[in-house]
Amino acid sequence: MGLAIKTWQDQASREHFPLLDQRVHGKALVYLDNAATTQKPQMVLDAMNQFYQMDNSNIHRGVHELSERSTRHYEEARVKLQRFINAGDWREIIFVRGVTEGINLVAYTYGRRHVQAGDEIVISAMEHHSNIVPWQILCEEKQAILRIAPINQRGELLLDEYEKLLGPRTKLVSMVHVSNALGTINPVAEITRIAHQHGVPVFIDGAQAVAHMKVDVQALDCDFYSLSGHKMFGPTGIGVLYGKADLLNKMPPYQGGGDMIRSVSFAKTTYNDLPYKFEAGTPNIAGTIGLGAAVDYIDEIGLDRIQTYEHDLLAYGTAQLERIPGLRLIGTAREKASVLSFVLEGVHPHDVGTILDREGVAVRTGHHCAQPVLEWFGVPATTRASLAFYNTKADIDALVAGIHKVKEIFA
Amino acid sequence: MLQDLYQEVILDHSKRPRNFHQMPDATRRVEGYNPLCGDKLALFVKLDGDTIQDISFVGAGCAISTSSASLMTETVKGKSRQEAVQMMERFHDLLTTDKPPAANLGKLAVFSGVREFPVRVKCATLAWHTLKSALTSAEEVVSTE
Repeated sequence: MGLAIKTWQDQASREHFPLLDQRVHGKALVYLDNAATTQKPQMVLDAMNQFYQMDNSNIHRGVHELSERSTRHYEEARVKLQRFINAGDWREIIFVRGVTEGINLVAYTYGRRHVQAGDEIVISAMEHHSNIVPWQILCEEKQAILRIAPINQRGELLLDEYEKLLGPRTKLVSMVHVSNALGTINPVAEITRIAHQHGVPVFIDGAQAVAHMKVDVQALDCDFYSLSGHKMFGPTGIGVLYGKADLLNKMPPYQGGGDMIRSVSFAKTTYNDLPYKFEAGTPNIAGTIGLGAAVDYIDEIGLDRIQTYEHDLLAYGTAQLERIPGLRLIGTAREKASVLSFVLEGVHPHDVGTILDREGVAVRTGHHCAQPVLEWFGVPATTRASLAFYNTKADIDALVAGIHKVKEIFA
Repeated sequence: MLQDLYQEVILDHSKRPRNFHQMPDATRRVEGYNPLCGDKLALFVKLDGDTIQDISFVGAGCAISTSSASLMTETVKGKSRQEAVQMMERFHDLLTTDKPPAANLGKLAVFSGVREFPVRVKCATLAWHTLKSALTSAEEVVSTE
């Protein structure tokens, strides 16, 4: 603390993330694929290692010391996550595999119970496939209708058009907090407020938000919020579904099995209380503990510092890329985080990606699991550089140099 | 090596693909699609008995998939179905095995560099898979007037 930003940032990337210190194809690795997944700090790796080396045991059932320890660490992680997104109650934190499972859980439980033929679900034009397909499946089953709130040329949601879609048949709004393909930060508090005026609950997909900005679900007042651990320096296969307790209590279980029951007989089974009602089977205990450690790590660095630093880095990257002739940024929202998605005239993103890779620069190319929004922009694919706080201006410079190399080859 | 992948011939065919047009009187029209990357092409084949009398394509893809489609059309035009399928097998070996390249690959030998880029093999083979289905699979036949 109290150090100049450059200093803490340099130190963080050098010392905390061992993976970043390597060469690929003979070049220093420049990892710019953070929207796909972030790297893991040593602290997270150590926490998971510690669990398997010393504490490994099943939770919520053993009377022995190891089980008591595992259970305590698992539940401590839940409280950390509660605090991380400022949920009102620890019981509102459901551990899931990631946002995809969080959305499916709500679609299969809340959706199936409340959505009838002719009802409507509202999403936006910039959703990831994971916030499209579960609703399509639900709509097909229920003969319901999926409504798409449009965006403008910058990739910003048109709030007025969104509001017009809300009506007596709207049963749920589900929107992304930060777009993975464009980087747009949606005004989710406003989106929620408008939906609530119409009595409609709101689901927010926070996958791309939580590593970059402070999220307060009570301030947002959203009814559901979901995050994926691996996009916030935690392990894969673990995430959180937050839901308001009164809604979660009224929802039927998602999966049946151990831990989610209070008592079972062949005549009648009663379900456990929140959050266990939605956590059937032995969970991803090590992953959960790793996610808890990721929260500790982010707290140590400080989301305020991360947000300020990344804001400057994104502005720098935007300015540098805009200077390259023939390069077009896809997604230029005024409120934006972490993502530099672009197309280069005359060169397909795959070729850009391959050449950048040989320069040590890791980016994502393709449709980023968001085909509809790219189609809207009239491009089949983009190259996407996505930032985390461990990236530097030197990383952006390496990206720019790589793009010049691409242009040289395709001149 | 990047230079092995992006050889002059490949860059040339990606910028100026040959036989790049629709063919209203094609006997077969088959679409090839790589859902992972979004590369898409439509292949038109005019068969005269067993001979590929004419062949063309349209679509959008990376340099490797576009140039591969372009060079494929040049290579198989005038060939019999069997010759085309044999060529495909030799091409596939070139991309995926360490066998010495077949002598009669002609211009297709420029794709030997793709072997060092395993994720790009699917780009180079998309057109060929589409051709195979145009030549073998009856249900994908679309007759155009």
